[in-house]
Amino acid sequence: MPGRRVLLGVLPALALLAACDPTALDEAERETVIGLSLSALPALPEDPSNRVADLPAAAAFGATLFFDTRLSADGRVACATCHQIDRQFQDDRPRGEGLGLTERRTMPLAGVAWSPFLFWDGRSDSLWAQALQPLEDPREHGFTRTALAHEIAARYGERYARIFGPLPALDHLPAAAGPRGSAAERAAWQAMAAADRAAVDRVFANAGKAIAAFERTLRHPETRFDRFAAALARGETPTGDAALDGLEREGLKLFIGKGACIDCHNGPRLTDEHFHNTGVPAVAGLPDDTGRAGAIGALETDPFNCLGPHSDAPAEACTALRFMVRQGAELVRAYKTPSLRGAASRPPYMHAGQYATLEAVIEHYATAPEPPAGRSELTGIVFTERGRKALIAFLKTLEP
Amino acid sequence: MRHAITALGIAVAVVAIYLAVQLFTPPPAEPDLGPQKSSAAGLFTVALAPEREPVPMNALHGWTVTVTTPDGAPVTDATLAIDGGMPAHGHGLPTAPTVGGHLGEGRYRVEGMRFNMGGLWELRVRVETPRGGDEAVFDLML
Ligand code: HEC
Ligand code: HEC
Repeated sequence: MPGRRVLLGVLPALALLAACDPTALDEAERETVIGLSLSALPALPEDPSNRVADLPAAAAFGATLFFDTRLSADGRVACATCHQIDRQFQDDRPRGEGLGLTERRTMPLAGVAWSPFLFWDGRSDSLWAQALQPLEDPREHGFTRTALAHEIAARYGERYARIFGPLPALDHLPAAAGPRGSAAERAAWQAMAAADRAAVDRVFANAGKAIAAFERTLRHPETRFDRFAAALARGETPTGDAALDGLEREGLKLFIGKGACIDCHNGPRLTDEHFHNTGVPAVAGLPDDTGRAGAIGALETDPFNCLGPHSDAPAEACTALRFMVRQGAELVRAYKTPSLRGAASRPPYMHAGQYATLEAVIEHYATAPEPPAGRSELTGIVFTERGRKALIAFLKTLEP
Repeated sequence: MRHAITALGIAVAVVAIYLAVQLFTPPPAEPDLGPQKSSAAGLFTVALAPEREPVPMNALHGWTVTVTTPDGAPVTDATLAIDGGMPAHGHGLPTAPTVGGHLGEGRYRVEGMRFNMGGLWELRVRVETPRGGDEAVFDLML
């Protein structure tokens, strides 16, 4: 068995080599790395609550709406004002700013359709339900749902009808009325007939469904890290820009090893799509933010949730809601783990832009500060100066 | 001869010390990863099996629980509940799974399971019947 003997000779030599290079990956680490690569991403999850979710015409219409500034009170705010197409669909600000200043950091949108709950606190259970909130938020679009319906009728009537069927009669309805508007807009909404309110809600929900269909097309671009992982998966030595240097590999090993980042930033999106209290400080002057704990009630009472009248899903398909954890101390100040793809090039960080740099983020994980409320899941990690640099170098490989 | 006896004496002493150390060091708490357990008070034998293998990460999936009496008779009238978490991290399951009614031969279906971290998980299956209730605890390494 000469082949066997050669192998037996090679293996210890390889082991010796690995022992010499502290940044070499062992077999288990290699597996883990391959599992983080974009090619390991499962198929796009279905959204049974949105029957046009994968209709190209709906996605095209949704793209138009996403960039349309006229869907706002002052005609100047579109989704794209905060979710900027050339900036990973975020705005580089600590907190999103439309008609006013919001309380949270604008979230990037690549791969968002893989996330079962939307927003930092997960208070929406679908992309279409999510899209309806900024439209009526007085600090964002500050629009109303009748104004939206009128706008669609005036400018997109035919496109709408081709996807969703004919628009209802709207001419007799107020120009601006909605349950989240000004006192006058709320009163106008209350004064409308129930059937008219339901008809407008239907148009409103359908606009959300078209926008959601567009958002489902936003994918993560392949990164240097993915090319590195792809070479490992083929059993090849990564070359060219796919080859990570020693510092980057050291950071990768820290990330999946002693740094325990992978406890939460796992899977190909580098997020577990779940909520954790990591003790991120509150921003002085803002109202109390309880994170996930404050979102459960909002989710359950949202008329546009998966169980509501505008959802296309049978109740049993509403799995996010059906199996949702509804109470417990763990929910207090828990926020959704962000994807780390592209994170290195989009400071500031955390749910209200609390940290300006990655250095500050790593310092946060090193010190594990006491949370403003609830219990932090972090325990603190001792990083060497080189370790900190290495982690940051690794995060930078998650860029195209 | 004297050398041989001394050597033997030393060997015996070494073995004795080794055994003593073994005896007095508490064994590390090894996770018991078996798929079948006796419930805490011995009322039931409970088996827990994932419907997909390997157990997927970050995806909802189902499990099957099979409940029998210790002598192997299927328990067909139980009401089951499942709970769990990661003791080392101090957090629970990321979802609230449900367990349906009896399917036949002591089998029950768990829906809505999801794991969001690698490591050691604990799953607790609560079994209630008209004749009494009990709990079985499972360890799962992901
Ligand atoms: C004023 C800036 C602003 C505008 C305008 C805006 N957003 Fe956002 N977006 C944000 C902020 C801030 C968050 C996080 C809010 C929170 O968690 O409370 C967010 C979160 C989201 C999320 C959740 C992402 C995730 O991973 O959970 C989606 C999806 C989204 N916005 C889509 C839209 C769409 C669609 C529109 C237009 C209808 C829109 N946004 C308009 C600032 C804005
Ligand atoms: C216990 C879960 C958990 C662990 C462990 C963890 N993170 Fe996070 N990470 C989060 C959550 C949750 C947030 C958002 C927190 C918030 O905004 O309140 C976050 C935010 C971040 C951000 C900011 C991203 C953005 O877009 O704002 C970076 C960068 C980051 N983590 C890197 C790391 C690194 C590096 C490690 C390992 C040293 C790590 N994380 C370990 C859960 C975790």
